[in-house]
Amino acid sequence: MIDTLIFVFSQPFMQRALVGGIVICLCAALLGVSLVLKRYSMIGDGLSHVGFGAVVVASALNFAPVAVAIPVVVAAAFLLLRLGENSTVKADAAVALVSTGSLAIGVVASSLSSGMNQDFNSYMFGTILGLSESDVWLSIFISVPVLVMFLLFYNKIFAVTFDEAFCEATGVKAKLYNGLVAVLTALIIVLGMRLMGALLISSLVIFPSLTAMRVCATFKGVVICSGIVSVVCFLFGIVASVLFDLPTGASIVIANIIVFVIFFCVGKLVKR
Amino acid sequence: MSLIKAENVCLGYDGENVVENLFFTVEKGDYLCVIGENGSGKSTLIKALTGLKKINSGTITFGDGLSKNQIGYLPQQTPSQKDFPASVYEVVLSGCLGRKNIFGVYSRRDRRQALDNMAILGVSDLKNKCYRTLSGGQQQRVLLARALCATKTLLLLDEPVTGLDPVATSEMYELLYHLNRDHKITVIMVSHDVNASLKYASHILHMKKDEVYFGDKQSYLSTEWARVFLGDGEKND
Repeated sequence: MIDTLIFVFSQPFMQRALVGGIVICLCAALLGVSLVLKRYSMIGDGLSHVGFGAVVVASALNFAPVAVAIPVVVAAAFLLLRLGENSTVKADAAVALVSTGSLAIGVVASSLSSGMNQDFNSYMFGTILGLSESDVWLSIFISVPVLVMFLLFYNKIFAVTFDEAFCEATGVKAKLYNGLVAVLTALIIVLGMRLMGALLISSLVIFPSLTAMRVCATFKGVVICSGIVSVVCFLFGIVASVLFDLPTGASIVIANIIVFVIFFCVGKLVKR
Repeated sequence: MSLIKAENVCLGYDGENVVENLFFTVEKGDYLCVIGENGSGKSTLIKALTGLKKINSGTITFGDGLSKNQIGYLPQQTPSQKDFPASVYEVVLSGCLGRKNIFGVYSRRDRRQALDNMAILGVSDLKNKCYRTLSGGQQQRVLLARALCATKTLLLLDEPVTGLDPVATSEMYELLYHLNRDHKITVIMVSHDVNASLKYASHILHMKKDEVYFGDKQSYLSTEWARVFLGDGEKND
């Protein structure tokens, strides 16, 4: 078994998967803390469907998928955040509308253009083991700035996540930092789609922070723990998928579920 | 010069006025209670004072060098805050951010101030406790300590005792009175609790749908407004 693992992990495709996967998991986990605490978990899910729609339409029209998806998803992120503020359409309903709508557009677009089934599958379920070298560089070019921004604005992001009204009233520009989190999330979701697929990327955003919140009592603790959990689950998932020949994206999510259950039980025990 | 001077202020939503022709002044060291029925625009007024909401017309002038990032605000709690994983210290410290640059790095002075304010509000021993495990009264004290990090002059409070039990409620009022009297912090508070308001306030702003009364407590108590409102209050109790 060890030999198999050593062999597999020495392959270039696996090393690319590890590098790309770890940086994106880390970013998704950190941003996820803020999103989950603001009750915006579903926005991550909605955005991944928007990303899916955008990517499929773009490739049907022979545009570069990622270059089209990033601006579209950023715009959708702002739209969903705004809808959350003024409640003519309730925020959760708005997310459902946008998400199912883009999914439908994506499916129709893919059926109109021939020979897209392979792509369709890869955007739905991810192709982490098939990352090209340029994919890896793209992940690093986007993830590292996202990480740096998150750390630079950490205190402000905490304050805005905890209490927007107080921030606005005391002169912290809450809307600016909300917008920042929205843009960073959109970037990571588009990237993460390549790895995990549209269906699974939102679990990368949501699971680690929810897991960390079971046991950590400080915001800093949650952020750090969430990052570690995310990377560890990614590694476990990918190892399991190699050993037992399972789909990688889904294995990573299942690793996250298992760790969540463990942390949930530990949290309950500690409280008692 | 007055700390706050509101002249001919109209407030409301989507251009429709809920409150019209509001005049009042707040001097340094005042304790102003804003009372009135639901929907009379009390919370809207607090939001206008914090700049969260634009006023439809009129002017609000801040004097004595009071600027926007010197206002301490205690908003109503949101549901997501009730189970927020953050330590008390993290929450209190975040009150200092208003006067920081865009990155918001805390200085030693900020940390000192956060600890001092926690001491004033008697939450020092909760420093490393998780915010979500605190009782409602403790949570409000923590938020008040945070508000004090943002101001040395003026506190704006929106229904600070909502959801608190009677003991925590009276402790909260005593604390506010103490801050007002001993730390010379001006207090503007929206409250449903008319009796407590009248006990501690120096001035009253009573808002109704189309009229407003503003004056010091003694003159308010002798008005028809007070008789009707307080009479109603007793009947409701």
